Amino acid sequence: MAQSNQPLADRMEPVAGSGTPIVIAPGHTFASVTDKISSIVLTQRTPVGYYIALLTAAGLAGLLLMSLSYLVVKGIGIWGNNIPVGWAFDITNFVWWIGIGHAGTLISAILLLLKQTWRTSINRFAEAMTLFAVACAGIFPLFHTGRPWLAYWLFPIPNTMSVWPQFRSPLIWDVFAVSTYATVSALFWYVGLVPDVATLRDRAQGKVAQRIYGMMSLGWRGSARHWHRYETAYLLLAGLSTPLVVSVHSVVSFDFSVSILPGWHTTIFPPYFVAGAIYSGFAMVLTLAIPMRVVYGLEDFITMRHLQNMAKVMLLTGLIVAYGYGVEAFMAWYGGNYYEGFMMLNRINGPYWPQYWALIFCNVIFPQLLWFKKIRMNVPMLFVISIVVNVGMWLERFVIIVLSLHRDFLPSSWGMFRPTFWDWSTYVGTIGLFLTLFFLFVRLLPAISIFEMRTIVPEAKVQEGHGH
Amino acid sequence: MKTGKAFWRTLDELADDPSFVERLHNEFPSQVEAITDPTTRRTFMKLMGASLALAGVTACTTQPAEDIVPYVRQPEDLVPGKPMFFATAMTLGGVATGLLVESHEGRPTKVEGNPQHPSSLGAADVFAQASILNLYDPDRVQTLTESGDVTSWPVFITTMKAAMAAQAPLNGAGIRVLTEAVSSPTLAAQISEFVGRFPEAKWHQWEPVGRNNARLGSKLAFGEFVDAQYSIEKADVILSLDADFLASGPGSLAHARQFASRRRVEEGHSMNRLYVAETMPTSTGSRADHRLPLKPSEIEGLARQIAAGVGVGSASAGSGEAAKWAAAVAKDLQAHRGTSLVIAGDAQPPAVHALAHAMNQALGNVGQTVTYTRTAEAEPVDQVTSLKDLVADMAAGKVDLLVILGGNPVYTSPADLEFSKALDKVQTRVYLTQFNDETAERCQWVIPEAHFLESWSDARGHDGTAAIVQPLIAPLYGGRSAHEVVAVFSDKPEQTGHDIVKSFWQAEKPAADFDAQWRRWLHDGIIPGTAFEPKTVTLAAAAVNTPAPAEGGAGIEIAFRPDPAVFDGRFANNGWLQELPKPITRIVWDNAVIASPATADKLKASNSPASRGGEHGTIESSVVEIKFNGRTVRGPIFGVPGHPDDCVTVHLGYGRTRAGHIGNGPGFNAYALRTADALWAGRGAQVTTTDDTFPLACTQYHHLMEGRGMVRAVSLEEFQKNPESVHEGFEAPARTITLYPDWKYEGYKWGMQIDVNACIGCNACVVACHAENNIAVVGKDQVLRGREMHWLRIDTYHSGNDPNRADETYFQPVPCMQCENAPCEVVCPVGATVHSHEGLNDMVYNRCVGTRYCSNNCPYKVRRFNYLLYSDWDTASYKLGRNPDVSVRSRGVMEKCTYCVQRITVAKIESEKENRRVRDGEIKTACQQTCPTDAIIFGDLNDPNSRVAKLQKEERTYALLAELNTRPRTQYMAAIRNVNPELSA
Repeated sequence: MAQSNQPLADRMEPVAGSGTPIVIAPGHTFASVTDKISSIVLTQRTPVGYYIALLTAAGLAGLLLMSLSYLVVKGIGIWGNNIPVGWAFDITNFVWWIGIGHAGTLISAILLLLKQTWRTSINRFAEAMTLFAVACAGIFPLFHTGRPWLAYWLFPIPNTMSVWPQFRSPLIWDVFAVSTYATVSALFWYVGLVPDVATLRDRAQGKVAQRIYGMMSLGWRGSARHWHRYETAYLLLAGLSTPLVVSVHSVVSFDFSVSILPGWHTTIFPPYFVAGAIYSGFAMVLTLAIPMRVVYGLEDFITMRHLQNMAKVMLLTGLIVAYGYGVEAFMAWYGGNYYEGFMMLNRINGPYWPQYWALIFCNVIFPQLLWFKKIRMNVPMLFVISIVVNVGMWLERFVIIVLSLHRDFLPSSWGMFRPTFWDWSTYVGTIGLFLTLFFLFVRLLPAISIFEMRTIVPEAKVQEGHGH
Repeated sequence: MKTGKAFWRTLDELADDPSFVERLHNEFPSQVEAITDPTTRRTFMKLMGASLALAGVTACTTQPAEDIVPYVRQPEDLVPGKPMFFATAMTLGGVATGLLVESHEGRPTKVEGNPQHPSSLGAADVFAQASILNLYDPDRVQTLTESGDVTSWPVFITTMKAAMAAQAPLNGAGIRVLTEAVSSPTLAAQISEFVGRFPEAKWHQWEPVGRNNARLGSKLAFGEFVDAQYSIEKADVILSLDADFLASGPGSLAHARQFASRRRVEEGHSMNRLYVAETMPTSTGSRADHRLPLKPSEIEGLARQIAAGVGVGSASAGSGEAAKWAAAVAKDLQAHRGTSLVIAGDAQPPAVHALAHAMNQALGNVGQTVTYTRTAEAEPVDQVTSLKDLVADMAAGKVDLLVILGGNPVYTSPADLEFSKALDKVQTRVYLTQFNDETAERCQWVIPEAHFLESWSDARGHDGTAAIVQPLIAPLYGGRSAHEVVAVFSDKPEQTGHDIVKSFWQAEKPAADFDAQWRRWLHDGIIPGTAFEPKTVTLAAAAVNTPAPAEGGAGIEIAFRPDPAVFDGRFANNGWLQELPKPITRIVWDNAVIASPATADKLKASNSPASRGGEHGTIESSVVEIKFNGRTVRGPIFGVPGHPDDCVTVHLGYGRTRAGHIGNGPGFNAYALRTADALWAGRGAQVTTTDDTFPLACTQYHHLMEGRGMVRAVSLEEFQKNPESVHEGFEAPARTITLYPDWKYEGYKWGMQIDVNACIGCNACVVACHAENNIAVVGKDQVLRGREMHWLRIDTYHSGNDPNRADETYFQPVPCMQCENAPCEVVCPVGATVHSHEGLNDMVYNRCVGTRYCSNNCPYKVRRFNYLLYSDWDTASYKLGRNPDVSVRSRGVMEKCTYCVQRITVAKIESEKENRRVRDGEIKTACQQTCPTDAIIFGDLNDPNSRVAKLQKEERTYALLAELNTRPRTQYMAAIRNVNPELSA
């Protein structure tokens, strides 16, 4: 990092006359950065609004708990799933959450390897978001099974019943992909937290906080050896995470592309799913970052430069996704397969046409506003677009899953899916769980990496010559 | 029937002292029956003992005390785990179908047809298949009650004796017996004897879905009641005038078998040609080569035109489509003199029956394709008049004692007779019934009726063949048979049903070794030589000179039909039948006002899929109000292509108020509109659309094939010219397109062949599958969501691309295809669905965690998921009826057809014991066994001589969705229509 910082730090300076926004507002020092970020956790009074928000989110998480309890007691029948629509909200939500989880790793690992230092102020909470999103995602594959208490049979656990996973099934690949991703993401996030938790430990006033942060910081003293090991570990984890960004959603897409169902059986799915995942992930980062920077006055750290960059990533991945839709439609016609053609027409013109066209509006048409710099610089507009894209990406999964299933090969088995109260409550409940975890995270841990932010203040450049 | 040792507690009790009995009544009113009635007490104690000891279900069943004879083995051979089969018979509308009933450790579990019985030929219809569920219905009447209070059989006998004694001086002027149609020679003799004792007593009969018109028609034509016996297999050209002879009515199983035998082009027979003119689209109409939808009032006119065309009577040649049709049909009939056949439906007025008889006579068919015999019913009467007379007597207060032997007349009698009002004027009302139904509510004495699997009786098949009804189990709830009840009135209360029936036949067919003969009858399920001899009848001139009906008035016509699932309402409490998708409409759990789509549009009534379940679940229908003869009912409309315009059909049997916890509620009561003068059809109904809508549960609403070739059909001409024409436009991938070598199926290679050309969509296979595989009933709410559990369904498709037309209708039974490249298997994460080395796609329920991925990836959607706990794990009586060879599934588990793997395993074990291969035909899947048309063939594809292997090589064979390269083991045979070139344009 010492070597890499020199040129990067230069780039952090505002380029005179170019108008390119900066990644950290001028005037910050090591101390001010540390004060500012750690104060959210340690010294600022917690605003009343925070408690209201937390309680609301926790209430929704309680709804999730209730929904899942009822589900285990009664069965999947409380949802609207049926034959032919065996998967509906459950897997839609799973893919949506997993997709959201992608931004964190992408920002942390790939941008780190690509030396995009602007990532510094957003990577921490993006990683946290990843972790929480994966937790929400993991709920669905577990509870969508008819007998969730036996879902452990999907893991290769030696047992006397000779139950062993059937490795040709993409669901088994999912198990490995998602659990690996969850593990690596958690490690990556925690390792990155260690120096900052140590800072909190040192600054904490209360005994309890000192103890807890003390334990969490794993004896970090900031010695050169610590830093050296730390850098190596962090880079290694970044290297490990990078393929995961691509692999997880590719594997998730195999759930569909390996099947024979028109609308699922498509080779374009892996790249298209990965792009969609990054698209939705960045939309979610924006959705979270925009209110957070306002509430906690973090405009200095999460600057317009960050918002713009994220908007650009969204624009790019959104175009890839749009290309995917186009290719799907084109191949349905060009492939000459009757069932594929029907599937496409049914999306456009079938009973679920509102959902399909809403998806096209949310994911393809509306985000084209991001071409305009004015829009990219307009924070409320960015927030609206990020929400629209979140909705659109959820609709995309709904369209792929439900619209392909509801009218497949034999017209005699065509049907429809209508969500029940419990479908909605489970979905909304996971959003509640996600927000609850996020609120707790913002309040209890540094939401922005303190030590990494310190490397980009001008002061860091001064120290450079002396080495450390 | 005192059995077992008698125990007594007090001397009073031992002495059977009246004061003791009275004290008993006062102190333990609810226990009186248990204490005073030895049989009931024994059964009660056994049931209690068994459930207390949790000793398993085997302990709580009792074999009847008398000898019953197993079909294949002697009772003493009973090996636990090995089922035995007993021959018996079930009656519907008085006419018997011979059955073989599978019994596991004394519990009847599955009904099959008796191949030796002429009305069955090995097949069984939906009602026979589902009758097993009625036996175990927890809603059955369980105790004898008087005005709602539990009482005992001896008390009943005493009271009746007193009532009879009071009638003796009046010559029995106040005694009436009301029965359904009776074909039982024994019961008829008993009732005649009872009524005979009192010169003024009368026996009335009422069968709501009866053959009264057919009877009156025969009287009109021949001056006497006769039954027409058809030899469908001999007919080259068949005209049905609104007769659903393939799927309903006496002998329909035999008719269907005979009909199908002439539809298999491979077997070298010339193919028959079927013309059907009908109102409500039926199974028979769907199999027609030419079908003409007509309003009920138009059918007689058509019959007259065709009759005139074949030289019977005269009629003005009309114009339009019907006239052209009539001319072509008449010509075709003329061209096949002696090998044609005209059949009139039971709903047609007597005049049409008479015309049909006259046409058959004129065409020289009598003695060839049709013969006449005496009726299967023992005492045929004009039932409408009979019931009217009874109601008049009751209303006039002339009836003091009314004995109703089943039939639920309060619910089923014509609305204008106001039967129930008149019933209240009867002093003593005795009702023998299985259910606490609408009639039971209004009768003082309600006697639990023994199910036919619990009682001795006899009955005649459609051709007169008598069969002994033998019980497989002692009455679960101390039920009595009609024989035993009538015996009370004949002053012979001590007689058991067994003795009554046996002594009747001993007198009828005396033999030195009667017991051996009796055993033979029980074993075979028929009494040989009892089929009726053909009768010579002479056609009366009046037959064809009936006055033509008046021209139709204004308004919409209404037709009444028995429900294809609950019949006249007697099966309303049967979950299997309620959840059975009705032929053509695919509606379950309800009846509907059936109209043509055009008429529905005209009424501004709509029915369309709603998002809950969509076309595989919920159809949101406008509720319409039908006003007919001053009576009104409301019901949801349902558009059915192929139904004539300006006409609605309503099905009887719904809107029950006291059927039981399953039957109460569904549908509307069409009997409320049905009057004695318009039993089957009427004019001048007013139908208005209301603002209400009603969700109908429908398992298939989309009947267009969308060019996907699920059913392939060509005309006979095309097929003979080029058999390949069946497959035009469809191609299957070559078997070589694969990276992997084929799996070698050594040993057995199971396969199934389903002949779409033979299938009449009668649903018997679906219910058989239900019974054989312990399939759960899910209820209307779940079907609305698209979650019914049928492993085997009958897809119904119409030709063409217009959802409002049904020029041709096809039925396609869809069980699991047992794909060799099964898409479901690769995607299961836990290996719960795996391929057997014999090619079965097995389902391991215990291993399933319920991801539903297999179902998503199944292009045939034949997998069914237990979204909730659908199987009834609690009701004790249902447990008795389950097939012990098939596990009862829990919730969260996928299930599906496995070609009745339990039957395959049994046959394999047997063959291995004998060191041989399983013979062709040794294994019959449940659907195959009950199929009246032999449309389903199962067997070993590795045996080149097996029927299925030969059929799969036939030109007509195709695989469903073959283009997906799933290589299904279940294959289909294309439909062939024998089109009349004159009508094909």
